[in-house]
Formats: sequence, structure tokens, C-alpha cells
Amino acid sequence: VLVSVICSPPQNYPLYIRSVPTENELKFHYTVHTSLDVVDEKISAMGKALVDQRELYLGLLYPTEDYKVYGYVTNSKVKFVMVVDSSNTALRDNEIRSMFRKLHNSYTDIMCNPFYNPGDRIQSRAFDNMVNSMMMQVC
Amino acid sequence: MEGLTLSEAEQRYYCDLFSYCDTESTKKVASNGRVLELFRAAQLPNDVVMQIMELCGATRLGYFGRSQFYIALKLVAVAQSGLPLRVESLNTVKDLPLPRFVVSKNEQESRHTALYSSDADNPASYSGVIPPPPGRIQVKKGSVSHDTVQQRTSTDQQESTSPVVSPQQSPPTSPHTWRKHNRHPSGGNNERPLAGPGPFWAPFSEAQPGSSTSSDPIWSGHSPPPHQENWVSFADTPPTSALLAMHPASVQDQTTVRTVASATTTNEIRRQSSSYDDPWKITDEQRQYYVNQFKTIQPDLNGFIPGSAAKEFFTKSKLPILELSHIWELSDFDKDGALTLDEFCAAFHLVVARKNGYDLPEKLPESLMPKLIDLEDSTVIPVISEVGEQTGEVGYSSSPAEAPPSKSPSMPSLNQTWPELNQSSEDTAIVHPVPIRMTPSKIHMQEMELKRTGSDHANPTSPLLVKPPDLPEENKMSSSVKFTPGNTVTDGYSSSDSYTSDPEQIGSTVTRQRSHSGTSPDNTAPPPPPPRPHPSHSRSSSLDMNRSFSVTPGQQQAGVVAYPPAVPPRPQPSQGAGPHVHRPVDAEGLIAHTSTSPQQIPEQPNFADFSQFEAFAVSGVNKEEEDEIETHSEVLQVEKPSDSASSLRVAKADGRVEDKAPANVPTSAAKGTTPLAPPPKPIRRRLKSEDELRPEAEEHTQKTGVIAAVLASQPSIPRSVGKDKKAIQASIRRNKETNTVLARLNSELQQQLKDVLEERISLEVQLEQLRPFSHL
Repeated sequence: VLVSVICSPPQNYPLYIRSVPTENELKFHYTVHTSLDVVDEKISAMGKALVDQRELYLGLLYPTEDYKVYGYVTNSKVKFVMVVDSSNTALRDNEIRSMFRKLHNSYTDIMCNPFYNPGDRIQSRAFDNMVNSMMMQVC
Repeated sequence: MEGLTLSEAEQRYYCDLFSYCDTESTKKVASNGRVLELFRAAQLPNDVVMQIMELCGATRLGYFGRSQFYIALKLVAVAQSGLPLRVESLNTVKDLPLPRFVVSKNEQESRHTALYSSDADNPASYSGVIPPPPGRIQVKKGSVSHDTVQQRTSTDQQESTSPVVSPQQSPPTSPHTWRKHNRHPSGGNNERPLAGPGPFWAPFSEAQPGSSTSSDPIWSGHSPPPHQENWVSFADTPPTSALLAMHPASVQDQTTVRTVASATTTNEIRRQSSSYDDPWKITDEQRQYYVNQFKTIQPDLNGFIPGSAAKEFFTKSKLPILELSHIWELSDFDKDGALTLDEFCAAFHLVVARKNGYDLPEKLPESLMPKLIDLEDSTVIPVISEVGEQTGEVGYSSSPAEAPPSKSPSMPSLNQTWPELNQSSEDTAIVHPVPIRMTPSKIHMQEMELKRTGSDHANPTSPLLVKPPDLPEENKMSSSVKFTPGNTVTDGYSSSDSYTSDPEQIGSTVTRQRSHSGTSPDNTAPPPPPPRPHPSHSRSSSLDMNRSFSVTPGQQQAGVVAYPPAVPPRPQPSQGAGPHVHRPVDAEGLIAHTSTSPQQIPEQPNFADFSQFEAFAVSGVNKEEEDEIETHSEVLQVEKPSDSASSLRVAKADGRVEDKAPANVPTSAAKGTTPLAPPPKPIRRRLKSEDELRPEAEEHTQKTGVIAAVLASQPSIPRSVGKDKKAIQASIRRNKETNTVLARLNSELQQQLKDVLEERISLEVQLEQLRPFSHL
């Protein structure tokens, strides 16, 4: 089970949300939304810490009953949130990091597209494919 | 309905329109599809159109007779003037302008406007509205279909100056896409929504055959018809629905017009049809058009179009942002937010296709992929795009080379593989895609390996690295060998070898690049046939090499060490890669020579082979290399029957000769009787390209060539001419030298092997002795 969400500041509305499998999506949406608070908390806690790749990865935001939530924030304060099943113990931290990295790369690719206005919902097929493949990998 | 009085202009205009719509040449009924399209082009709301149809009686009759059609047209004019639709208004309204059918940004329209209106109107009429009727009329008067077409094209040129409609100028391209479109979607577009161009498609596809015949009259009456290529007109347009509606008509008309218009267009169309298999291929005209467009934005063809400019440009195409975004994703290959010429052409092409109704692919089609010039391995480009040997420098700058690749049918398949190849060939000592031709011998392969590893300088087992003093020789050899890879590359390319040859080329190009001789000579040398890949073999051989190298790390014959393992098994027959393989063999022989003998054979064999093979080629033989190898092996056998080492070598040569190895020995006896056969065989093989033969001959015939030369020199060989004889004899001499060197090498290696085995035995003994102690 994997849910990935990208939210953009400052309103923190989701630019993109995709979950696999597709049932109980609403629950995941809710989880993601609530985890945004944790992300904000972490960001503010970082303060003036140097923002590099490692800092961008927020790690396990908080473990809930079934699943873990991971966060990642980009330089432009775009937040990536990923919810994974707790039962999916095969997922190591490194893998999560790499997944975030891939998300980030795809996101920058989207940004490079002049037809994309920042703040729009992400409707790129390439991005979808990437996310799908990533999630298939996990499940 | 009631009597309809039409002015003369109206009469003429309506008549033309009717002919245009009369796709079945019935002279009585206008095809519904055309009529509907026409009405849509009139840019009237649908209900008005329905009203018109009702009023004119078409709904009653179920078809558009001539009178109904005329009435309808008049009503369209009425509606366009803003007057209420009434039957009475048909006759009462005076000075009604002719109905206008907007062709939203079609080339045709612009052309029409250009044709029908004075030049002064052209710039103004870019919005796609048909020029005022009077202008149209006068144009119509004088315009024959051909004239109109020509005028149109000329006006298109004029229009090209207009910044807004620059896209409109590519008349040549539209037919391609249209025709493509016609053919392609003819079946698939029928399901288009009725509101859109749907209904038009079906009639268009049906009408297409008929339209060609009626193209002339249609053309003159074409000003209103909506057959505009929307993609062309990036200016503001009236309803895109009309635009879409026009597609089918415009496409069709365009194609028909094209056929009528000029032979060139017909050629394009034909080419279009021929390239139908690859709907994404960019034709020359299209490419030229794209390049011109690129220039309007960015005069430097090697530069980039920034994203904002591109966005602006493509937004004019009126495609939805989502699709444009997708197109961008597909075409911005390097994801840098800017479009290179290639990317721009791809994007433009996709836009055109999309406008014509093609669905956007999920992945960039191969033919649209930018030639991976900027990728690390620039050798890929040269291999692909330029038949001649290309060194890395070709790289991206070969934008003209892009055209040939884009045209070459084999390119697309290759292009995609280039990235992988590049990385692999550059990164690994064992070049994954570069299959070394096993046929000639492992020596050749080793040579290739040497070259490759030489390029990396990372392969510890590379003989070059093993023995530094041999490096210069190796380089020299590589330089001489360079021709082979380059030749191979070009050869492979010219002979349209399978894809496998390309990797070899890549590898060879890589090595070539590395070679100190500056690679440029590669370009000049004729392309040798690409070495046939025998992946397993190459791998194993490389492993053998590695092993052999590791075994004799610092030995003089390190480079030579490679030979013995490589030589014996010459398993598979190389199809055409033979010469190439031979060449490497020769190269390796050269290495041996360099290492063992001061004489520098590298150059000589090349020449010898060259001429020899030329001679062979002249003979018109075109056969697989096997034969050549076979011949050579035979010759080898004949040459040195007495030499024990050479016998071994012969055996090796046999092995080299692919599966002829066993046969070679027996054939050696018969060699004398078949002198004629062998020489022709290599020639045949070489005949892939004479150029190939030359370099191949040079390299390959180091040993075999000489032998073959010997054979060729025999008077029984009819083909050998005087000068060929000399060349052959020279090559024979060289091959003999190579043979001796290899024989020496072989014996030395055998000795080394014995020594090593002895060492091993001693070590084992020691181990045994020490074993009891280990238990303590």
C-alpha cells in the first residue's frame, strides 16, 4: 500500500495524489493531510539549517497504527508525503529516500515544462507513469 | 423554394462551392459531409445552421440539391450579415456579401486569401477569414486550379513573412500530415463526435478518391472550404471546432490539391504513403518548415529555444494546454526547459499530428527522437548519421546528419538503443553492444577488445595496459586498425547490417576516438563491414583475453598472448562481418608483429588487403566472409604446411574460418585445386561496399589476404589483373609475415603455458606439503 502526495505551499493543497491500491483512498487522503502539519512542524524546526538533500528528507513523520508516513520537502517548500503500509517491512529508509528523489526529479521535469503553471494540478502522463511504476515496485 | 435570384458573383461562387461539395460529381447533389463542413466553416451557430438547412429544404429532401445548396449559401450569407433568416430575405436583401467560410488557420485559407485577395489583403486576412467576395471573384475568374495552387504557394511564401502565420507556410508539410491523417484515421476517425469533425471524416475518406478528380473545380471554389491545416495557422482563430472540422476536408483537399499542384507534392505524398508505416517520420519538407520556424524564434540553429518562447509559439496552435504540456514532455528530451532544433522539430511534428487528429503517443516515437548528440557517447551519432567513420566530434553538430538518420528506416530502431549503447560502450571494458566478430578469429575480437579497452584504459587485462611498451605499437596498430572499425562502422551502416553491427561500430568508434591518430582518417577510410557480433563468443574471448593477460601479466607477449586463445576457435561463420573480423585478426597479427618484430605491418596489410580486396571486389564477387576466411585458411594451410607451428596456426586459422575449421584441413589438400574459388569468395563478401573491401582487405587480409593473394596471383585466377596481382602478392607477403609472427607467438605462448603449468604443479606440491601444518 502506498500513497504519494505532493502538496505545494503555501496553501498546502495537493497537487497530486496517487494511491495504490485504490480503496480507502479517502483515509489516506486524510492521513496525508494531517501529516502536513507534522511536515510544517519539522520545517519550522529546521530553522536556518542548511537545506540540502539530506535535510530535505524528513524521514518518518509518525507511525500510526497501520502505516508509516514519510515526508520530504524541496527547496521551494513543495512537500512530498508518502504513506506506506507498516506491513511492508521490506521498504528501507534508503528506498524511501530514492523514491522521494525520483519524485523530486520528476517534479522538476514537470516544472521545466513551460506549459505547466506552478500551482496547477499535475497532469503529466510521464509523471503518472513514474509514480505508477514506483508504486508497483513497492507493492 | 421560391425563385432565387443570384448576382453573377454569387452565381459563380455558389457554383464553385457546389462543385466543391459535389464530391460525387453528380452535378446534382452536394455531398452532405462537405456541405456540413462548409457550414461549419461559416462559423455560424449550430442552430442557425440547422435553421438554414431547414429553410433551404434540404431537410425536407434529405439531400442538398443544387437549388437547396444555393439557397443555403445565400442563407449563410444572410446569417453572416446578421440578418434574420427568412425565406423572403433571400431575394429581398440586396448587396448581400457572399457567404464567408472561414477556414481557421489553414494554409489553404491563407493561400486562398492570398489568391483571392490582393496582396494588401493578405496580411490583413490572416485571421483566416476569406477575403471579400469581390476579391475572391476576381481571383476565381482567372484562377485555374493550377494557377491557384501556384499562386497559393507563392503567396504562402509571402505569408511566410508574416510573423503570425508563419506556420501557415508549409504547404508541403500539410499534405504529408493530411495524407497521413487521411489514411490513418480514415478508419478511426469515424467515431469522432458528431459535433466535431466526426461526420466529415467518413465522407472525406470516401470522397477522397473522388476529390482528386474534382480537385480542380474544387480548388477554385475552395476559398470557403475549410480544409485548412490548423496547425499551420497559429494566429488567432475562430472556433476551433471549425478548425477541427476542417481538418478532414483540408487534409483531403490539400492532398488532392497537392497532387494536382505539383509533382513535388505528389512526391511528397508518395513519400508520405511510403512512410505511412512510420507516421511519425518527419519528411524533408516538414523538416525544412520546422527549421524555418525554429529560425524565426532562434536564428542559431544550434541554439535553444527557451521554454517561454516555445510555449508562446505552441500556444498559438490552439491545442489544449494539457496536450501541449504532454507534447513538451515528449519532445524535451534532455529536460532542460529549452528546445533544441531536434526537440523543436519533434514538438512541432507532434503538434501537427495532434492537430490532424493523431493521438499523442505515450513515448516519443523513435523517428522523432533527437539524435542523441549530446549524450556522452557522441560516437553514436556518427555511426548512425554519417556513413563515414565518425569520431566523437561529429556529435551534435551534425544537425544535417540528423536528416539522414531521420530518414533512414533503420535509424529509429537504432536511435533508441544509442543511449544504452553509449553508456555501455563507454563505461565497460567489455562493451556490451559491441559484438566482436568471432568469425575471423578471436584475434580480431581481441583486437577490438584492445581497442576498446585501450579507449577506456581501464581494462587491466588490456594488453595495452599490460605492456606499456606496446602501447605505442598498439596505438599504431589501433590507428591502422582504426580503419577497420571505422570501415566496419560505415560498412555496417552502408550494408544496413543488423543492429548488432551498430554496437560494434560504436565500440569501434569509441576505440577510434581514442586512437591517437586523431580518428579523422577513419572518416576517409572506406567503411569496413561491421564485425558480426557473436556476443557469447566475444564475451568469452574477452574473458579469454583477460585470463590470458592475467596469466602473463608482464610478459612481452602479453599482447600476443591474446592470440593463441583467440585463434583456435573460430566458430561461427561471419556473415559479412568476416572482413571486419579478419581485419581485427590482422590487427592482432599486427600487434604480434609489433611486439615480436620490428617491422610494421599494420599499414602494409591494409594496403595490401585493400588493393587485393579491391581486385576481388572488382571481380564482382560478393560473398560472405566465410569464404574468404575459408580461402584464407586454405591458403594458410597451403602456405605453411611444413611449419609445425604454422600447422597449429593453420589449425587456428581453420578455427578462425568459422566452422570451416575442420573443413579447412581437408580442403587444404584440395586447395590447390580450388585456387579460383577462394579468391572470389572474399571478394564477394567484401562487395558489400567497395570501400569496405578496401579497408577490410587491408586489415583482414593480413594473413588471409596474402594467402588469397597468392591464390589470386595464380594464373588460374582470371580476375587478378596485373596490378591486382602485385597488390595480392604484397598482401600475400604480408600475410606470410603475419603467419610467421603468429607462429612464433604461438610457440612462445605454448612455452609459457608449459611454464605456467609447471609452476602450478609446484605450487600444488607446496600446498600439499603445507597442508599438514595448517592443522596445527
